[in-house]
Amino acid sequence: MKISNWGNFPVVDVQVDSVSTIPEIQSSVLESVECIARGLGRCYGDSALAAKIIDMQGLNRILSFDPQTGIVECEAGVSLKDLIDVFLPKGWFLPVTPGTKFVTVGGAIASDVHGKNHHKVGSFSSHTLSFTLLTENGEILFCSDNQNKEIFHATFGGMGLTGIILTAKVQLKPVETAFIAQETVKVKNLEHMIEVFEQSEPFTYSVAWTDILSSGSSLGRGVMIRGEHATLDQLNEKQKLTPFTIPKKPTVTLPFYLPQFVLNSLTVMAFNALYFGKTPAGTNKSIVDYDSFFYPLDIVHQWNRGYGKRGFTQYQFVIPKESGLNALREIYTAIQQSGQGSFLVVLKLFGEQEGILNFPKRGYTLALDFAIKPQLFPLLDALDEIVKKYDGRLYLTKDVRMSKDMFDFGYPQRELFETIKKTTNVTGRFSSLQAKRLGL
Amino acid sequence: MSTNNKLVLVIGSTSDIARATVKEFAQNGYSFILAARNPEQAERDAKDIAIRFSVECFVKELDVAKLETHTAFVDSLSALPEIVICVAGYLGNQELAQADTIEAEKILVTNFNGCISILSPLAERMKQRGSGCIIGISSVAGDRGRASNFYYGSAKAGFTAYLSGLRQYLGQFGVSVLTVKPGFVATKMTKGLPLPKPLTALPEEVAKDMFRAYTKGTSVLYTRWFWRYIMLIVKLVPEFIFKKVKM
Repeated sequence: MKISNWGNFPVVDVQVDSVSTIPEIQSSVLESVECIARGLGRCYGDSALAAKIIDMQGLNRILSFDPQTGIVECEAGVSLKDLIDVFLPKGWFLPVTPGTKFVTVGGAIASDVHGKNHHKVGSFSSHTLSFTLLTENGEILFCSDNQNKEIFHATFGGMGLTGIILTAKVQLKPVETAFIAQETVKVKNLEHMIEVFEQSEPFTYSVAWTDILSSGSSLGRGVMIRGEHATLDQLNEKQKLTPFTIPKKPTVTLPFYLPQFVLNSLTVMAFNALYFGKTPAGTNKSIVDYDSFFYPLDIVHQWNRGYGKRGFTQYQFVIPKESGLNALREIYTAIQQSGQGSFLVVLKLFGEQEGILNFPKRGYTLALDFAIKPQLFPLLDALDEIVKKYDGRLYLTKDVRMSKDMFDFGYPQRELFETIKKTTNVTGRFSSLQAKRLGL
Repeated sequence: MSTNNKLVLVIGSTSDIARATVKEFAQNGYSFILAARNPEQAERDAKDIAIRFSVECFVKELDVAKLETHTAFVDSLSALPEIVICVAGYLGNQELAQADTIEAEKILVTNFNGCISILSPLAERMKQRGSGCIIGISSVAGDRGRASNFYYGSAKAGFTAYLSGLRQYLGQFGVSVLTVKPGFVATKMTKGLPLPKPLTALPEEVAKDMFRAYTKGTSVLYTRWFWRYIMLIVKLVPEFIFKKVKM
């Protein structure tokens, strides 16, 4: 069947095998020449595409939960939304969450997703205690810091290439409410932004929206959004009665693809001006629910159709902290000169991160959405050169086009990864279009 | 045997329709006994349901095709459930069944003899108690035998007739019987079959329809709803024409 991931590009016509038990996965793997596991398909490009896709959404059982420690064990197809729905009412929240709750636990591990609290607590791998992994010969390995340690670490950010994650144990974190005490800070330009990020380090959560198209003295203006889990006494009287219940929001589904011209640099500029304009000056505090704070875009299902039928991609890189100002200025300027606007631009300061293929490292990460069109690829190639110059790298989960060179440059531990991968994926049965492109 | 008015016994609990049905009833506060041939797999489902919905969920091993074990199974139940849902089924392979009596028998036993064998003692106890509901998952395939799957179809036809008779028999004793006739459903059982997408339901839709039909006291449920009319037309075609049609 025809299938694509979140960016709607590329679209491929391949076999999709939906499974709901471990024995089904074993036989599906053993009878395939080349396959890759896929959860909710929220990677943007070709990471979860292969000649045969094993659709893991049916493997979605929660197997145990310890209310004393907050450790949950579940099958890989359980979504982060499921975990919130089941455990937030009991006072537990995700230790790390990306900008959408529509990802599976298996996907979160394979991509080693990060969140707005990366600088404080690291990525999803930092809170995954163990998992079981299916190797290409159908064997099931228990992996943790004590057993199969190398495979354990290579699987985080390993894009499903070390095997299929079947179950995982994740440490949740205790919260008093379902709300966030949020602060927004209006930021006038890039220098100011760097300053505000430095000041925001003590906050648990921090992320900035930034206007990619403003120039001159307001180049890199934006809004810093930071926050802490709200305590019970920060809630109003009504919220205090049911601190884990948030107001129901109507969700809408974008029913069809918008024509590509809808999101162009003019509309992006207008939107940015409006958004920036409506943000009050200085610092502003409010109590918001977790959904609005973490998942503002989840309210519009299929928002990815907004970029048109040709699809879109997200370009996300990280560059070391000390090069932040110069590198970002160069990137912003290059995008402005190209005349290609990016609607959604998110900036974040990462903390340290150990790992093999994990994306985060200490420094600034910027994520930009671009509609797919022929002119885009030369722009992204040019951005690659800047990222390279400043010793940065790109996020595999968002990528759909990076060159093998760019990958080799950004991920110096790729050889180690390949050595470890060969122990569980000897003949390369687990492979994806992305892996082939990158020679992984 | 004690009784529990929020307890559901699910026969054949590891199927996709059963899993979706359990979730639907769990949302409404029911507890469960999951009866399955593969208790290890059912145990995983049970843990999931218990954690997600904070309801009790037990597992008991049961092979619908092993008729001789059924009385002991019913005797071993600690409480007589309020609702029994029989989801056990086996689509089988029509061509194989035509060539091989073992496959034919497996289709008949799983979909007909086995279901009747396990439901009958439960029905008797519900009758004595004077309350309860039996939900049987039959199929639109039982409405008229067709060349492409008449082993499965005839077993389901028999099961439909059994449920219809049971309904008449138990009605005066306060026990209701719901016959569920799904059309195409995207499940493990139909994996690989070229089902037409617009006509194919998800197991969750079937489960929702079933719960609604249970609360309304419906006797026969077609799901999706339009199958009632498709099958009506199929049934109305005169035999001299029907026998020349490829279906």
